[in-house]
Amino acid sequence: MTELASQPDTAPSVWQSAVTLMTVAAICTALVAMTYYGTRQQIADNEQAWLEQSLKPAISGVPYEGDLTSDPLVISAPNELPGAGDAVVYRVQSGGNVVAALFVVTATDGFVGPIRLLIGLQDDGTLTGVRILEHKETPGIGDLVDQSRSDWVEQFVERSLGSPPVELWAIQRDGGEFDQVTGASITPRAIVKAIRETLVYFEAHRESILTLPSTGEAVTPE
Amino acid sequence: MSDVTPISSRFRRGLWDDNPGLVQLLGLCPLLAVTSNFINGLGLGLATLAVMALSNLLVSATRRWIASEIRIPMYVVIIASLVTCIELVFKAWFPALDRTLGIFIPLIVTNCAILARAEVYASRNGILDSVIDGVVMGSGFAALLCCIGFFRELIGRGTMFARMDMLFGGEPMPGIQLADNGLLLLLLPPGAFLSLAIAVASKKAIDRRRQKSASFRLSI
Repeated sequence: MTELASQPDTAPSVWQSAVTLMTVAAICTALVAMTYYGTRQQIADNEQAWLEQSLKPAISGVPYEGDLTSDPLVISAPNELPGAGDAVVYRVQSGGNVVAALFVVTATDGFVGPIRLLIGLQDDGTLTGVRILEHKETPGIGDLVDQSRSDWVEQFVERSLGSPPVELWAIQRDGGEFDQVTGASITPRAIVKAIRETLVYFEAHRESILTLPSTGEAVTPE
Repeated sequence: MSDVTPISSRFRRGLWDDNPGLVQLLGLCPLLAVTSNFINGLGLGLATLAVMALSNLLVSATRRWIASEIRIPMYVVIIASLVTCIELVFKAWFPALDRTLGIFIPLIVTNCAILARAEVYASRNGILDSVIDGVVMGSGFAALLCCIGFFRELIGRGTMFARMDMLFGGEPMPGIQLADNGLLLLLLPPGAFLSLAIAVASKKAIDRRRQKSASFRLSI
């Protein structure tokens, strides 16, 4: 007590400290808010451009009009598509009709964490392209997911649920038709399975996936 | 109170003698995690440098009002706000780099090298000196990130300066391809530890050799 009493003027009161801390916090928040408003538009544009750019490779060979991102459909969870949570389908227009659908799904059984996949389908269920959007596979081992190092995903173009038949939609080690990479079968197995499940889902719900209006809310196709 | 040490020797201190990463071994989490190539190292290095200089500026400017009892929360508020700003700026101007660095930009908040400079230097020195200190120490950290990134990319992938477009814009640049493949180990997490160990050991070896030749000269 004597120590406290001996220096009452040098130690600031709790209130003083609280006010200082509050003032600095307010100034810092203002700084963040200013930066946020200054960069918001640019960030939104960047994200839109990035999405558009990452969707494009999955739709090779199909002529389309307008933006790929303009007609999204959110399919609510639970659904039979790979991955938990809502799935997004971007419908691609040409001449007023939906000619293709781009599915963004998640393969949850990869080697390290989830693999986000972009799967492009023509309206008749033929694959127009498969791209890996995001993955954490070990470099060197899961390299087939890396577009710049492997054209492994190219083998799926033009394939569909009849070619090969659904029971052959697996990697060779599991008695299926698709190449795996020696020493790394977990990643390809996960990807092939995700594509198969997407094809089956599309086959079952084709009409509503192609025709449901884009409301922004999650829906459950019939 | 003003720091009278000439700028050149302060840079020497930040880049070599007191390098935050190499000597103080601070901020190793981002250092080890993102340095699988040069551009990542440069990107995170520049972001850290900017945060360090600005946080030193703000801490130094407010040092008169900050009671020592509340200084730590104060520094944390300042540093966290600055990092959020830098993250937004990266998202707006360098979206590709932001996507690769991902969580490590917001994690700059937890880089104890920044808090250390605020506590050790900026809270006791003038604004200009503190900014210089932030730039100098930030450069030291950035330089180390670049070196380790360069080394791991060269040995691990066989390339030099790949994807510089992420920082400077333009078409994707493959960089200089020296070999088709590299030593994969260097790209994996153990490679980060090995590279850092090599860097720290080399610095010590060079210092020791210098010391020896200096004492040799003295004895003559």
